[in-house]
Amino acid sequence: MMKVEEKLFQNRYRVDADRPHIRIKNESVCNDGCVSRACVVCCPAGCWSFEEGKIGLITDGCLECGTCRVVCDTHGNVDWNYPRAGFGVLFKFG
Amino acid sequence: MTQNIEKFDVIVVGAGPAGNAAAYTLAKAGKKVLQLERGEYPGSKNVQGAILYADALEKIIPDFRDSAPLERTVIEQRMWVMEDESYVGTTFRSDRFNQMPGNRYTIIRARFDKWFSEQVQKAGALVICEMTVIALLRDAAGKVIGVEVDREDGKIYADTVILADGVNSLVASRAGLRDDIKPAAVALAVKETIFLPKETVEARFNLKGSEGVVIEMLGSISQGMAGTAFLYTNKDSISLGIGCMLSDMKAQNTTPAELLEKLKQHPSVAPLIAGGETREYAAHLIPEGGYHALPELYGEGWLLVGDSAGFVNAVHREGSNLAMTSGRLAAETLLELGEKGLPSTAANLARYKARLEDSIVLKDLKKYRNIPDTLHSQRQFLSDYPALLNGAAHEFFTVDGQDKATKEKAIFNAFRERRSLLGLLGDAYRLWRATR
Repeated sequence: MMKVEEKLFQNRYRVDADRPHIRIKNESVCNDGCVSRACVVCCPAGCWSFEEGKIGLITDGCLECGTCRVVCDTHGNVDWNYPRAGFGVLFKFG
Repeated sequence: MTQNIEKFDVIVVGAGPAGNAAAYTLAKAGKKVLQLERGEYPGSKNVQGAILYADALEKIIPDFRDSAPLERTVIEQRMWVMEDESYVGTTFRSDRFNQMPGNRYTIIRARFDKWFSEQVQKAGALVICEMTVIALLRDAAGKVIGVEVDREDGKIYADTVILADGVNSLVASRAGLRDDIKPAAVALAVKETIFLPKETVEARFNLKGSEGVVIEMLGSISQGMAGTAFLYTNKDSISLGIGCMLSDMKAQNTTPAELLEKLKQHPSVAPLIAGGETREYAAHLIPEGGYHALPELYGEGWLLVGDSAGFVNAVHREGSNLAMTSGRLAAETLLELGEKGLPSTAANLARYKARLEDSIVLKDLKKYRNIPDTLHSQRQFLSDYPALLNGAAHEFFTVDGQDKATKEKAIFNAFRERRSLLGLLGDAYRLWRATR
């Protein structure tokens, strides 16, 4: 089984260091108010995690698909933007 | 508006198939067009399977075959209905696809979009990359009169704005022109581009020259979710992907990356990609809500085209052709208004919808308007029937001591047990109603 990290390693990115384009509006909503945490399962890049009762988000490997925003429809807790122009994933093949 | 600010006839947001089709058609006719793209180059943010449907592009650039980067001409279409260890399939392969001008091609989007954008620029449009539109500008009456980009003094004005900013269409939803997409109206697809020597691709798929194969798959690979998978042959690579409705994905525990891994390990798929090298992993949302999920398509000074309008025919796996067609029709609507000296009011832009209704775009979406609901509520089509079909085939093709009449009876009983007689009849009716 090829891990998601190995898949992402094949991609080209221009990471906007310290300026994540996706933010969690209110972490306590994820930690305490959400039971499904569909973002963790559905994110194709494995950007979301839930460990020791805490939601985590690292956007470096983001494929900019929009899934996390769309699956968070009940809570609307994802502040989703495109990376700054020129940053983010750069598809070689698409 | 200050007088010295440059004003365009049309601003096109996004440089995918829909935006390029619109910008090309308008620029070719002499309109002053500005196209804005957030990626480093057109295509760098775009993802598709990908199949190019020649007809839609031919109506925009008739001689595209002379210069477009095409991978392979599709001469064979396979449909696989899958179980964990098997598939029941149909194949249509025809040499007629070699004799006529190619009808469907496999393409690599990053390369194709770059080419399409070059044609747009040659036609006279101003294309600016690495520029993200963050908002729409409106006048006091609410009419859209331009866009704001993520630069200082980033206001740019135009008579009309065409939003071709893709499935997420942040610009349109933030401006209140449409609702954000809902999990039940969108599929998430993931894909790997797997490289193999050209000769290996040709030997494995029985191809010569530029011939290509596409395989569409459904059944156990989507683990009960509404979804399909695909395998497309490129020149020296294979595009392999799987997509499922997000509302289903939300309600289970397998990640998209794992789904794709399981597909790669399926005993019927694994030999086709064996020894291949994955060089990219991509993901993309596909608006599959169909006709009933369509947003408003136009308004005062604006038009939606392509994925941002939700133009995808999920049944036939068509989207890029509807994107190009809608982009062209949006452009032709504006050209008609220009000739008649009419402004881009909502009342006048209604002609865009009339053109869409008269075209493949809304005719096909209307025909399949009930498919999304049927697939959401009638899971047997995605789980029971693939299993029954494969079970029947296994029974039928296993030669053992059992006589054929008993085998037939066993097959029929399996169908009746799982779906009941009334259920079988009902399913036939539901399928007919959903597709008529």
